[in-house]
This record gives sequence, structure tokens and C-alpha cells, in this order.
Amino acid sequence: MTPDLLRLTDVTIEFGSPKKPIRVVEGVSFSIGRGESVGLVGESGSGKSVTSLAIMRLIGGRVVQGRIEFEGRNLLDLPASALPEIRGRDIAMIFQEPMSSLNPLMTVGDQIGEALLLHGWRDRTKRRERTIEMLRLVGIPNAEGRLGAYPHQFSGGMRQRVMIAMAVACEPKLLIADEPTTALDVTIQAQVLDLMKTVRRELGMAILLISHDLGVIADVCERVVVMYAGRVVEEADIRTILTRPQHPYTRGLLRSVPRRGHEAERLYQIPGSVPPAGSIRQGCPFRDRCELAVSRCAEEMPPMFRFGPSQSAACWVTAAAEGVTQAGAAA
Amino acid sequence: MTALIRAENLGKTFGATGGWFGGGSDQVRAVDGVTFDVDAGETLALVGESGCGKSTLGRLLLRLIDPTDGTIRFEGQDVTRLSSAEMRMMRQRMQIIFQDPFGSLSPRRTIGQIIGEPLEIFGLTRGRRARRDRVAELLQQVGLPPAYMDRLPRQFSGGQRQRVGIARAIAVNPAFIVADEPVSALDVSIQAQIINLMQDLQRDAGFSYLFIAHDLAVVRHIADRVAVMYLGRIVEVGPKRLIYDAPQHPYTQALLSAAPEPEVDTVSRRIILKGDVPSPSNIPPGCSFHTRCPIAQEVCRRDRPPLAQVAPGQLAACHFARPNPIPTGNAA
Ligand SMILES: Nc1ncnc2c1ncn2[C@@H]1O[C@H](COP(=O)(O)OP(=O)(O)OP(=O)(O)O)[C@@H](O)[C@H]1O
Ligand SMILES: Nc1ncnc2c1ncn2[C@@H]1O[C@H](COP(=O)(O)OP(=O)(O)OP(=O)(O)O)[C@@H](O)[C@H]1O
Ligand code: SF4
Ligand code: SF4
Ligand SMILES: [Mg+2]
Ligand SMILES: [Mg+2]
Repeated sequence: MTPDLLRLTDVTIEFGSPKKPIRVVEGVSFSIGRGESVGLVGESGSGKSVTSLAIMRLIGGRVVQGRIEFEGRNLLDLPASALPEIRGRDIAMIFQEPMSSLNPLMTVGDQIGEALLLHGWRDRTKRRERTIEMLRLVGIPNAEGRLGAYPHQFSGGMRQRVMIAMAVACEPKLLIADEPTTALDVTIQAQVLDLMKTVRRELGMAILLISHDLGVIADVCERVVVMYAGRVVEEADIRTILTRPQHPYTRGLLRSVPRRGHEAERLYQIPGSVPPAGSIRQGCPFRDRCELAVSRCAEEMPPMFRFGPSQSAACWVTAAAEGVTQAGAAA
Repeated sequence: MTALIRAENLGKTFGATGGWFGGGSDQVRAVDGVTFDVDAGETLALVGESGCGKSTLGRLLLRLIDPTDGTIRFEGQDVTRLSSAEMRMMRQRMQIIFQDPFGSLSPRRTIGQIIGEPLEIFGLTRGRRARRDRVAELLQQVGLPPAYMDRLPRQFSGGQRQRVGIARAIAVNPAFIVADEPVSALDVSIQAQIINLMQDLQRDAGFSYLFIAHDLAVVRHIADRVAVMYLGRIVEVGPKRLIYDAPQHPYTQALLSAAPEPEVDTVSRRIILKGDVPSPSNIPPGCSFHTRCPIAQEVCRRDRPPLAQVAPGQLAACHFARPNPIPTGNAA
């Protein structure tokens, strides 16, 4: 087992005033090994972005509980002055909208160069070479000639690739990618996912890929963390999630995706809709939509039960059905 | 059998009149020489990359915008020649569902007013009472409690809003509905609810859909036939089974192979296209796909391939059309 690069333990995040807090993330725990690719999946509003922003300490809300350890250091204890060094050099983040991290008034070459300078690349010529190398790596044709181009002179897919080049230029140990391909067309998405896999392989970087699309996650990730209403409800390696999901929500999610060979059948639908953030204070957050719910589900939040060496899920009923009694997240 | 709706050589150029800035250099040929049919009761899906002209084509069919060239026949009648008064009555037969049905509506109007409006315009109900009864019935049909009638749009979730948009579209008993990315903004679990609803309503009422989407798994589920667009043109069209199992155009093949699916052991033989989608204001000559096509030849840069039959009911526009040599799925 690889030692953990990042470990979140019992992370709880609130928005709103301290007197009337809205808890949007509650008791989230998971870890990422060195060089590992982990997917974070869940419906809109389930807390994926808030969780990942908390790792970067870029969040507007308050982390009221828990630890976020990177190489054994709790990031939440670090002084603000130590953050710029961590961001970019240790952990880099890319977003759905590339223009949120690219400066429209600066050439692409200068932006990547500036990121390198910030992380100790003093030599101008080396910076330039490195910038060209990164733009080539992400497949920008005529990289040298494009150093002086501005972000608006690139297409959406190319901007996404420039952003990846900038994020990985300093060889971070962890790349957090928040829906990096959601706004892109399928053929361009395929290019970008392919690129992320290449970059990861070549630089030995770990990836936390956030997406609502299990297909995208299955393409890139080895392990998956499923969130629902601010909590982790299941975690397993990708194969197990796809073939033997244990949480009724994960099962429903997989069954509601239209599948090859099942066109004539009616789609499975999870009834109801996602509860608003912070609205569920007691019991299992999925109980109003769950076909398996029993009375205990309304009273007590189920802990994460260990279903196997790499799988855990928070469900009273499936745990009992499988004879699982041991609580605790998968290793 | 005659088609319910037939487009012939349909084209749309934006900025055709020179526009405010005078010159013709910013012209966008959004739809270019498109010919196809939609039969009664069928679902024709329209797929293709962003900006390829799908929404423009949908709007042209309903004459929400006027074509630059070509004709549209609806139940045999040339709708491009109808007066605006005649067109208004025709609209009762053709409706549209948007990605976000409230994007274009006043946030201060109640759901009852929004759904009731087409009933009023077309005189389908007499009086307030009858209209409210019909709205209640429609809400029930789309799975919303009739009591929601007096609520405002902001009180609804994305999936509920889409249900309201559907209720509004079916209120006038249309024969043809353009659904422009109706589930693209929804979460997977809600998406399944809306797809099931759209299929149930179609089965009961027998109308046709032009279903615009970019999710190829959703299209495979809902479509009878599929049309693939690239830079304003249809490059391949045919029965769903043939398009998915034996696509003949290299763009269709790449598109299908690129769609990620949540399956284990998917043969990961993706065709990764090089380069970017060209701008629709500067469409490459010859076959417009030649800048990205993995098998392009000299002739492709020069001659534009016609949309020609490659199998019964299947047409493709490629000089070298042939069945897909690369399996797009796991099990064959
Ligand atoms: N600044 C904020 N103030 C108050 N609530 C917030 C704020 N940011 C996020 N939230 C709430 O936190 C919850 C989780 O949001 P988050 O953005 O993490 O969801 P997500 O899983 O990333 O969803 P999506 O798939 O839509 O991106 C949501 O209910 C959201 O409304
Ligand atoms: N009113 C308009 N004026 C000028 N150009 C337009 C107008 N409407 C659309 N276009 C252009 O026509 C082309 C086709 O646009 P359209 O909206 O039909 O694409 P689409 O296939 O629906 O894309 P998407 O998947 O992003 O919705 C685009 O280049 C677009 O910029
Ligand atoms: S704990 Fe109960 S409500 Fe929650 S997922 Fe399991 S069965 Fe359903
Ligand atoms: S005509 Fe030529 S460029 Fe166009 S799709 Fe066929 S092979 Fe490719
Ligand atoms: Mg998010
Ligand atoms: Mg569109």
C-alpha cells in the first residue's frame, strides 16, 4: 500500500453566520496515495467543490472540524504565509472554466513563466524552455510561436490544455481537477482526459478528479469516492464500484445511466430530488429517496461499514444483508 | 408515407446582410444545405459539437428564425411561405423545450400563468376556470402536484422546471416538439426521470421529437434515428442501430468512440482527434472535416462529398465511407 499523500479526516464545513450555520460538508474522510488517481463523484450541490477548495484553503466557509493532512502536515494549521508555496508546487488545481485561472491580459508564455518563477525557476532561459516543453506536452501546436498569444486567442479546449500546462509546470504532487471537461465537447474531452493520463504517467502525479460523470471517472481513476448531501456514502476501487456497489445511492446512480443494450427498457429512476444542503440533521441523508429504508435509517446516521479490503459504504441495510459489522473506512 | 416534417436544402447564414459593421467577413454559415425528414411519432436525435448548428436548425424548423435558403414542409405544406398570421396558428402544432425553460420567462409569473399562456393564445380553453382545470391536469401529467400552480419559477428545482417546460409544450397537443438539450443541465438521477416522462408522453400522444443532445448514451436510449452534424452540415444520418453499430463517417466513428461510459473493460480504443473544431465563420473547403480527419486524402481538401446512401436508410457524406473498422463498444 502506498503511503498517503493526502488524508482528510472527519472534515466538516459550514457556511452562514456562526449563529445560524449551514453545514454543507459533514464528516468527510478519504485519502489519496502518491501517484494515485481518485475520483470524487456526486450530484450537484453534494459538496465536491467545497471539499476540494478546502484542501487548497481557498474556501469561503469555515472548516469547523477535522484534519486535512498533506504529507503528514495538517494544512489547516499552516499560517497563511505558507500557503502560496504549497499551492502550485505541492498541490495545483484546475477548474471547469479555464478563464477563472488564466489572466486575460497576460500572454500564455508569461503566465506559465510567472508560475515557474514563483516556485524557484530563476533562470530566464530555462523558464522559457520549460514553458515551451509544457505547452508541447499538452499538445499545443507550434508551442514556441504561441508563447506571445493571449488566452482569448485559443479555443475552449486549448485553453483547458494551457491551464493544465500551467498547473503541472512545477510538477505538483497532487493535481485537483474540478469538472475539467464538463464544458467541453466529447471529442475535445477525450483529448483532455487522455492528456491528464499522460501527464500523470510522465510526472508521477496524483490526481483528484471531480465529476458528476461516472464515465469520465472510470476513464481516469483507480478509486472512487461517492458523495451525497455533503457526506461520503461509498468508497471503493473503480471496478468494485461499477460491478458491486453497496450503497443504494451508488446503485441507483449507476442504474439510471442509459446503458448499451438496454435501450428498450425504461430507465431506472431514483425518486425525488437531492435534499438542500444542511437540511438533513438526523439519520441517513438518502432515506427519503431510498427503496431499502427501514425505521432505523430515519434515526441514526449509518457509519461507513467495511465491505472489503478496498470498499466501504454507509448503509445499515446493505451492511446487514452482507453480514458486515465492522465500521471504519477502507484503507 | 409522407414525412411529418421535411427540410430541403435548408441554410442559415448569420450576418448575411452585412450587419452593423458593414463587411461580410463575419458571416457565419450556421446551417448549410441540410435535407432530412422527421416521420410522425418518431424521435430523430441531432448530435454534434458545440456551435455546429443544432439549435439553429431546431429554430429554423419552427421558424423562430427565418432560413436564408431552402424549404421546410410540415404535413406537406411549405411553411417558409406562410404569412406570420398563418405561422402563428401553425405554431400550435410545433413546440419547443429548452435546456432551461425559465431562462427566457419572467421570474414574476406563476407556473399556472406560464403553462396557461399557450392555452389562452390558441383559445384552447374558455375562461379562467377551465384554464386552471387544464393546467392542473397538465401538471399532473408531468408529475407535479397541481397545487404548485401558484408558485413562482425560483421555487422549483432544475428537474421540476424542466417538467413545467414540458407541460407548457404539450399543452397545445403538438404534432412535433423540438427538445433542445432538455436534460443536459440535470443531474443523472433527475435526467432519468425526465427522459422517462418524455417517452411516456410521446407514447400516449404520438408526437415526434427532434431531440438535440450531446450525451450519446442518452441519444442511444431515446432515439429512433440519429443525425450527426459537423460545421452546419449533416455528415451522417440513419437508424440508431446502424449509426451506433456501423457508423460510416470518420467523424461519427470518432464521436462515438470518445464518449466515456461507466463500464469495466471497455475496449479503450479511442480515436483521439487532433486539433480543434474550425470556426463556423471560416469553414474549410472540400470536406469540412478534413482538418481533423484521420484518413483524409488530397481529394478531401478539394471536393465536398455528397450525403449518399451507404446502407438502407443510412447516409454518409464521405469520399471513403466504410463501416467502422474500430469497435466502439465492449461486447460486439
Ligand atoms: N459561498 C457559499 N455560501 C453558502 N453556501 C455555499 C457556498 N458555496 C457552496 N455552498 C453550498 O454548499 C453546497 C455544496 O456545494 P458544492 O459547490 O461543493 O457542490 P458540488 O458538489 O461541487 O456541486 P456541482 O456539481 O454543482 O459543482 C451547496 O449546497 C452549495 O449551495
Ligand atoms: N443569432 C446569431 N447571430 C450570429 N451567429 C449566431 C447566432 N445564433 C447562432 N450563431 C452562430 O451559429 C453557429 C451555430 O450555433 P448553434 O447555437 O446553432 O450551435 P449548437 O450546435 O446549438 O451549439 P451548442 O451545442 O453549443 O448549443 C455558432 O457559430 C453560433 O455562434
Ligand atoms: S441507511 Fe437506510 S436510508 Fe440510508 S441508504 Fe441504507 S437503507 Fe437507504
Ligand atoms: S471525405 Fe475525406 S476528410 Fe471527409 S470524412 Fe471522408 S475521408 Fe475524412
Ligand atoms: Mg462543483
Ligand atoms: Mg445549442
